[in-house]
Amino acid sequence: MATLELSIGEEVAVTPVRRTRRLGPLFWAAIACMTFVFVVAALANLLPLPSPTDMDMLERRASMSAQHWLGTDGLGRDELARLIYGARISLIVGLCAPMIGITIGGALGMLAGYFRGRFETLVVGSMDVLLAFPPLILALAVTAYLGQSILNLTCILGVLGIPAFMRVARAATLVLARREFVIAAQALGATHARILLRELLPNVFLPLFAFFLLGVAVTIVAESALSFLGLGVPPPIPSWGTMIGEGRESLEIAPRLAFLPAVTMFLTVLSFNLVGDALRALTDPRQGAL
Amino acid sequence: MLGFVARRLLYLVPVLIAVSLLTFLIASLLPGDLAYVILGDQATPEKVEALRHDMELDQPVWWRYISWLGHVLQGDFGRSFRTGQTVLQAVAERLPVSIELMLLAEIIGLAIGVPLAIACAVRSGSVFDRFMTGTAFGMLSVPAFLSAILLIYLFAVELRWLPATGYVPFREDPAGNLRFLVLPALTLAVAEWPGIMRVLRSDMIATLQEDYIALAKAKGLKASRILFVHALKPSSLTLVTVTGINIGRLIGGALIVETIFALPGIGRLLVGAIYTRDLIILQGVVLLVAAGFVLMNFVVDMLYAVLDPRIRHGHA
Amino acid sequence: MTEPALLSVEGVAVDLPTPRGNLRAVDQVDLSVGAGRTLGVVGESGCGKTMLSRAILQLLPKKARLSGRVMFDGQDLVGLDPERLRKLRGRSLAVVFQDPMTSLNPVLTIGTQLIETLQEHLELDGNAAKRRSVELLAAVGIPAPEQRLMQYPHQLSGGMRQRVAIAIALSCEPKLLIADEPTTALDVTIQAQILDLLAREQRRRHMAMILITHDLGVVAGRTDEVAVMYAGRVVERAPTPALFKKMRMPYTEALLAAIPKIDAAPHTPLPAISGRPPDPTRPIQGCSFSPRCRYAAGQCHREKPSLAAAESLDHQYACFHPIEVAAGATA
Repeated sequence: MATLELSIGEEVAVTPVRRTRRLGPLFWAAIACMTFVFVVAALANLLPLPSPTDMDMLERRASMSAQHWLGTDGLGRDELARLIYGARISLIVGLCAPMIGITIGGALGMLAGYFRGRFETLVVGSMDVLLAFPPLILALAVTAYLGQSILNLTCILGVLGIPAFMRVARAATLVLARREFVIAAQALGATHARILLRELLPNVFLPLFAFFLLGVAVTIVAESALSFLGLGVPPPIPSWGTMIGEGRESLEIAPRLAFLPAVTMFLTVLSFNLVGDALRALTDPRQGAL
Repeated sequence: MLGFVARRLLYLVPVLIAVSLLTFLIASLLPGDLAYVILGDQATPEKVEALRHDMELDQPVWWRYISWLGHVLQGDFGRSFRTGQTVLQAVAERLPVSIELMLLAEIIGLAIGVPLAIACAVRSGSVFDRFMTGTAFGMLSVPAFLSAILLIYLFAVELRWLPATGYVPFREDPAGNLRFLVLPALTLAVAEWPGIMRVLRSDMIATLQEDYIALAKAKGLKASRILFVHALKPSSLTLVTVTGINIGRLIGGALIVETIFALPGIGRLLVGAIYTRDLIILQGVVLLVAAGFVLMNFVVDMLYAVLDPRIRHGHA
Repeated sequence: MTEPALLSVEGVAVDLPTPRGNLRAVDQVDLSVGAGRTLGVVGESGCGKTMLSRAILQLLPKKARLSGRVMFDGQDLVGLDPERLRKLRGRSLAVVFQDPMTSLNPVLTIGTQLIETLQEHLELDGNAAKRRSVELLAAVGIPAPEQRLMQYPHQLSGGMRQRVAIAIALSCEPKLLIADEPTTALDVTIQAQILDLLAREQRRRHMAMILITHDLGVVAGRTDEVAVMYAGRVVERAPTPALFKKMRMPYTEALLAAIPKIDAAPHTPLPAISGRPPDPTRPIQGCSFSPRCRYAAGQCHREKPSLAAAESLDHQYACFHPIEVAAGATA
């Protein structure tokens, strides 16, 4: 199946024209943004913020004030606090889910690309089956059956990412396993484990990591989409997606309730995309191949 | 050519079987009891037991799977216990809406993405090119529901040109139908065009450097012919690939968009089934959507062979 | 020559800006071809001969800078109105590239690629164009031409593909055909056939032809005049028989010696030219060939010799120490 042979986010296969990319100012701005969001989310507990879940029915949709820097939402909860705690949730899911993908998918991909044969066909075939489900549908179905929780969400989004990481790892391994340094190691009598861990893994890791960052961006978006529908993170836990979903009702009166989380989410996702894309252009092993 | 098609069809069978198995397994691993869910607050131990026996829930998993698969192959996907409609009826009602939405979205996405890609490829490296490429990259970070909010705010709330929700079937009122579908389709298209444009542009830049383009110029052919026939056709393969890969995302996006804009499509059926815990509908719809997705990928593969004759003859 | 040449290249230079500095691919080249005559352009890879052909066709890469004049049929092609240039190309001026696998579009049928040229320039309708295409394919020696129209390039052998490329080039009866290494990518056994085909069609149509190659053996007996290029310049130019009988440039002599001879004893070492062509971004002071030349002396390293005539006006060479012996008597 030709279409399923290419992995998702497949600009990799289709950019034969390469210019040497240097890490420009945009790259560093993105890194700064990523770090900022990360730090603020991590230190949320220490910041002087009101609780993100305290409702104040008398102060609903209040505009910006000294007490509530960004105003309050439809149930009187502090917007800034929700924004920051929402960042925390998005980052937790956004980072943990792709970790499932990179470990399981990466391992499967490396093993498939190295050992080839029946094992490879089995792995690729099972990934094809997983990919036969449009991802969001599968995520919805599973959360419907298993119930909404951050853990379930992270797990299903993580599992959905496995095929993509498998493909990247396998593609990189296929290219690298034919290089001289692997053949040399085999000639010297190295065991499979040694070759995989010492020779291949360090080289496969770089493109995998670039893809990981792209995966974070995709996961944040997916989690927000599900939360937006009310089917992701369970209320009253704040998430950017839920905030946008709730803000939708107040579009006429207080559009900032939808746009503040929207803009923050956009900037965060954009930063991860920029950094991931730049790293991928630098580390694609196919660049050095034949 | 026929051999090629036949081989691909054969590969479909195990995939479809695996898909049905996976769908069923997810359903059977339900913590809690389907019978309880159905009976709700009318549940008594005797009623639950009776219903379980009726629905054959007390049989082993493999038996239930075979039984279910047997029903499915005869066209019986089960019946919603909320509405009483069969799954097939519910799907048949809503499928045209979803398909119309996705088709419109893809057409608009292509209408924006393809000309931009060609324009950028021809002017590669220019200010215009860099600006458009940057914009496209930025747009990739804007998911469907974000563009929906933005478009609704712009067109429905501020300008009041278009309605935010609602639907009327095409047969009843074509103009009204399109009016309701413009915003949803545009929302999806806005998420589609960057992917199309980026991939096609980079492919065309590579194609334009090929010798056969130089020869086409040396033959004195018109620039439009060189671009649209000599350059676009080899690059169209990537276009088909991208569209094919995007179908999965398009389906997911359509799901969100239907919910936001209250369109009576498959996506909304699914989401509704989740809200009301109508698990029979859920199971049947997931299977149908997955099977449809597999078949669509198959069609894309066939299109590949049509566009690149080297694949047909086993050369590429 | 009594009539003005069909093609006259006057002082053409091609500069390419590269990260390492300016690259002078073609350095002040003067050439001419009369109607119905064949000019051979010979040189090693990188001597600028392909750039020269692209310069004539005005198909240089975007970054290249072209100076000089290219007079074709009375018009200067440099800076010519793009639409008028387009009408000339394919019609009066045709080209055959080196590798037919890459110069033919892989996703279009042979028929399409032939017919579109005919329809563009001769405004034939579909059926007339099809008939003419079949005639052309037959003329270049392709069997079963009607079937070939529907086939794709990858379904033909290398030699067949090049024949198709030649058919396309000849389709509108061009006045000048530029063949850029037409046989380099083909099997040795096919090379002679293709060259004979070109020569035959050229005679039949009274067409001018420029035959570009790195192999002196190819131009012997198939060209009227030969120009030898080295490092972007023409270093020797003469009517073909004169070149082979009385070559003057040590480089030409070395090129001729490098051709394997069928009557040499087995295991005779092939005299290769030592060293490599100069890096075009670092021009050498003095004659470009001097680092590799057996006869190089003091003046050769200091000054660049210019193209000057020997005893006959049409035999020119650029050398301070030309050879006075006839070819074949070199050690």
